[in-house]
Amino acid sequence: MFVHYAQLGLLSLRRNPLLTALMIMSIAFGVAASMVTYAVFRAVSGDPIPQKSAHLFAPQVDNWGPQYNRKGEPASAMTYTDAMALMHAHKAKRQTVLFQVLMSVMPTQGSGLPFKSAGYATYGDFFSMFDVPFQYGQGWNAQDDDNRAAVAVISRDLNQKLFGGANSVGREIELEEQTYRIVGVTEHWDPKPRFFDMFNGNAYTDASEVYIPFTHAIDLKMDTGGNNSCSGVGNRGVGWDGWIRGECVWISPWVELDSKADADEYLQFLHAYAQEQQRAGRFSWAPNVRLRDVNAWLEFQHAVPPESRLSLTVALGFFVICLVNTIGLLLAKFMRRAPEIGIRRALGASRADIYRQFLAEAGMVGLAGGVLGLFLTGLGMAGAGMVFEPQIARLAHLDMSLVALTLLVAIGATVLAAFYPTWRAAQVQPAWQLKSN
Amino acid sequence: MMQIKPILAALKRHKAGTILIALQIALTLAIVCNALFIIQQRVDRLSRPTGMIETDLMAIQNRWVGIDDEATAPLVKADIQILRSLPGVEDAVSTNSFPLRGGGWSMGVRLNPTAKKPITQTTLYFVDDHALPTMGAKLIAGRNFRADEVVTIDPKVFESSPVVIITKALADKVFPDGSALGKQIYITEGAPSSTVIGIVERLQVPWNGNFANKFEGNSTLLPIQLSGNFSAYLIRSKPGQLASVLKAAPAALFKANRMRVIPSERGVRTYADVREQAYKSDRGMAILMGIICVVLLAITAAGIVGLTSFWVGQRRKQIGVRRALGATKHDILSYFLTENLLIGIGGVVVGAMLAVGMNLWLMQQFEMARLSPVYVIAGVIVLLLLGQGAVLAPAMRAARVSPVEATRSV
Repeated sequence: MFVHYAQLGLLSLRRNPLLTALMIMSIAFGVAASMVTYAVFRAVSGDPIPQKSAHLFAPQVDNWGPQYNRKGEPASAMTYTDAMALMHAHKAKRQTVLFQVLMSVMPTQGSGLPFKSAGYATYGDFFSMFDVPFQYGQGWNAQDDDNRAAVAVISRDLNQKLFGGANSVGREIELEEQTYRIVGVTEHWDPKPRFFDMFNGNAYTDASEVYIPFTHAIDLKMDTGGNNSCSGVGNRGVGWDGWIRGECVWISPWVELDSKADADEYLQFLHAYAQEQQRAGRFSWAPNVRLRDVNAWLEFQHAVPPESRLSLTVALGFFVICLVNTIGLLLAKFMRRAPEIGIRRALGASRADIYRQFLAEAGMVGLAGGVLGLFLTGLGMAGAGMVFEPQIARLAHLDMSLVALTLLVAIGATVLAAFYPTWRAAQVQPAWQLKSN
Repeated sequence: MMQIKPILAALKRHKAGTILIALQIALTLAIVCNALFIIQQRVDRLSRPTGMIETDLMAIQNRWVGIDDEATAPLVKADIQILRSLPGVEDAVSTNSFPLRGGGWSMGVRLNPTAKKPITQTTLYFVDDHALPTMGAKLIAGRNFRADEVVTIDPKVFESSPVVIITKALADKVFPDGSALGKQIYITEGAPSSTVIGIVERLQVPWNGNFANKFEGNSTLLPIQLSGNFSAYLIRSKPGQLASVLKAAPAALFKANRMRVIPSERGVRTYADVREQAYKSDRGMAILMGIICVVLLAITAAGIVGLTSFWVGQRRKQIGVRRALGATKHDILSYFLTENLLIGIGGVVVGAMLAVGMNLWLMQQFEMARLSPVYVIAGVIVLLLLGQGAVLAPAMRAARVSPVEATRSV
């Protein structure tokens, strides 16, 4: 029976090609605009580490006070003093602090030019906390942290560049004129957004290539390759020692906590730490601390670029207008066939039959709109780089789920839009139509 | 106009269609107003001048490899000598940053060295006496730096400079009475003061994000060359020779010293590229909003054509009767135009409210500015005209209905 209705629908659609084309285009444009912007939004609003996002927390301690902090929120990173206090307290199951490093790499063979690689100076817990996958070897251990060892973990890409992809564990790498022993090679690992380094605006930058122990970097007095914020506190302090003892923030701390109770306990610890600093005279304000898990942290850091939310909002509004338009056109189309409906009803078709017939017709409009919309979505994806930052635009893919969603939304929305016109069509009084004919 | 009553009576019988058209006009108005407003804001932003002469200008970003941060000063000096002596190069300067670069150094400006709150923010450009000619920034008061005032300082110990050149925007903010030249300002809390020796007409800060809107013209030039790992070079070519300098400059630098990294992306750029990359998302957003506006208006017009055509078809008999009873073609035409105008007015009244509501919401969500009523008025006029234009074809078809139709039964 459905096939019959579909044939009837096709026939009817062919009768007013202009009106039909109008409806199809309307649906297609609406659904395509929504899908392109949704694909980008989905890419930037996703959970970068779903299996663990509820157990990883970014602690914050307000070291600037109400006069200099932003809207009462503690700084988005920590001073060396506070970061070290957290590491030494060792109150969480796992903990790490990190800062971005930008290091020159000497090519191992030949006369290639040196190049820069970005990465992180961090603690060994980093790799297990963030589930970093390894191709060869593994991260360094707590002993290496304590020994301030010159060890390094490099990425698969850097390993390819330097060693042609061979197992390089145990070999040496020269970073900033210093020799490091490679202990691990990661698989390609690049969570987007890069939740653990939002402070440096690195949410969507290229994958990091190298990791070295934080303790070793501090021994070398390595400067951060990322941001250093001193807020109203003003200057950095004099020299290296002045800087790391000062109130400038540049280190991102992370802790792993298994349960809500652990998290509460850790927050208590942060509070107590801030209180202690207040008593010691360093803070002249009441403790102001935060402990946000990954998703709360991303929201706080506005991981979703405003461009993405704004364009999704406008595109959805656009889709609603397209649907209103479709309702109007379907209404016109169906009501024009009142005489035909009257005859069918008089010949014994029930209201339900009328519903089925017209909804099938609408479904076909939706399908056609969806197919055209899919084409436009593909086109839009190619052009997404014009609207969004290229590194964000390339995160959006036209994958199977998006294809299915596009067709589903197109058909679903059109059928939904058709309910009112169909209801009106089903109300047609056969006697009235027959009489006036 | 006398027809309004019968039109209203007729519309009451087509409630659904009437409401749908009005709703579509209302929603379209709301979105088009806000989209146009977004376009205007973005275009305003990306057409801000930097204060530099942007033609024949290029930038190189350089990082030293395997050289102590404290030992880079002579290398930078050598680089600059090489660049200035290249054929086709007019002038060159080494700086920590430049307008629209994205990253830079900002400080608070104070008149009282111990004040807790600075008066305003400024960016610091660490340059030498070649900065103004290279940038093409216009000095409107005072003098340029002298070569003997230029010193090299480690950024970790930098506090202030005895002399500075500031932009007019900064001067006006700190000295509203226009007396900035020769005065003392403090760029680091508790550090020695700096004398303003020159004022440039305009020089934009390195950032173009919303956060920098408040101080986007507040720049300070200091006769200081920072030592350290990173340096940026601004190079002005002789007129029309930019393309050759673009190739020659990095080649000459590598020839002099290979221990450096000039990134393949954004390492060597013409200033036109710098500007394009800085405003990429603004331009993209304006284009997207433009496309959405055009498609929306087209769809709304098409919807009006579709529904009105249906109404005309439905009312052929009534139109025939009216024509038979003496109504002229013009009467029929004006009937449909007036009908559309009434629906349109209903739509734009609701739409104007929606537009303002949507703007309020956007202001809250995206830190947008308040929608100027000009946009609402312009949107109202555009949509009413669009409606009249869209209804014209079906209305003319209606006007051509012959009085004979009245006598036909179908």
